[in-house]
Amino acid sequence: MEMVVFGILAAVAVAAAVGVIAQRSAVRSALFLLVNFCCLAGLYILLNAQFVAVVQVIVYAGAVVVLFLFVVMLLGMERAEEAPDPRRYQWIAAVLLGVLLLVGIVWALIPAGRETIQALAPTDNVREIGAALLTQFAIPFELASVVLLVAIIGAVVLAKKRLEG
Amino acid sequence: MVPPSYYLILSAILFVLGAAGVLIRRNALVVFMSVEMMLNAVNLTLITYSRFLENVDGQVFVLLVMAVAAAEVAVGLAIVVSLYRHKETTDVDEMDVLKW
Repeated sequence: MEMVVFGILAAVAVAAAVGVIAQRSAVRSALFLLVNFCCLAGLYILLNAQFVAVVQVIVYAGAVVVLFLFVVMLLGMERAEEAPDPRRYQWIAAVLLGVLLLVGIVWALIPAGRETIQALAPTDNVREIGAALLTQFAIPFELASVVLLVAIIGAVVLAKKRLEG
Repeated sequence: MVPPSYYLILSAILFVLGAAGVLIRRNALVVFMSVEMMLNAVNLTLITYSRFLENVDGQVFVLLVMAVAAAEVAVGLAIVVSLYRHKETTDVDEMDVLKW
């Protein structure tokens, strides 16, 4: 059962990832990205990471993709279709390098083998994360808020129009 | 129980697809989306190890990665918008001012 759900989610995630890079229109790429993020959220639930799955849907599928769509619409990119690349060799080189990278990573994973793991008992996920975030990882957790504040200020400064005079 | 190597190989495939997107596409926005896909692939790896090592640290790390990714998207898209004001394009091949 778990294997079937994994297979479906994995297949849809890979198909959506191909859609993101194969679509001419940026809006369709963003919508395929949404599908990809939702599949990953499902995989996180399979991996007993419910809290991260919910955050994935809220932050990535909610905020990030909507922000992408906002910018695409704002710049009027939804009508502009990307012209075919005049340099075909770049496409071929990207596919070759991608296959090479994939072979490299899978090669590194072979020693890990495909031994089946005995079923692990589900744990109290949200409680554990909360405890870890507010004790052992309290300082990184607080620093994340500084990072977000700096990002907000940076985004406003970069995107604002130059004032006259 | 799905073996961990399946998750790791899926994450490798997603990462490679993201990398290929960065190399192939010339629209800065789609390049950005591909970068986000790569970040997500790495997150999947972290969650997988967090599950099979029975240690919650990996999930905490994923939450911090998500915070950084959100900040990165906000700043990156602001840069794209301000570049579009100057150049009227989001084609990365046109953005070669820093190249010599």
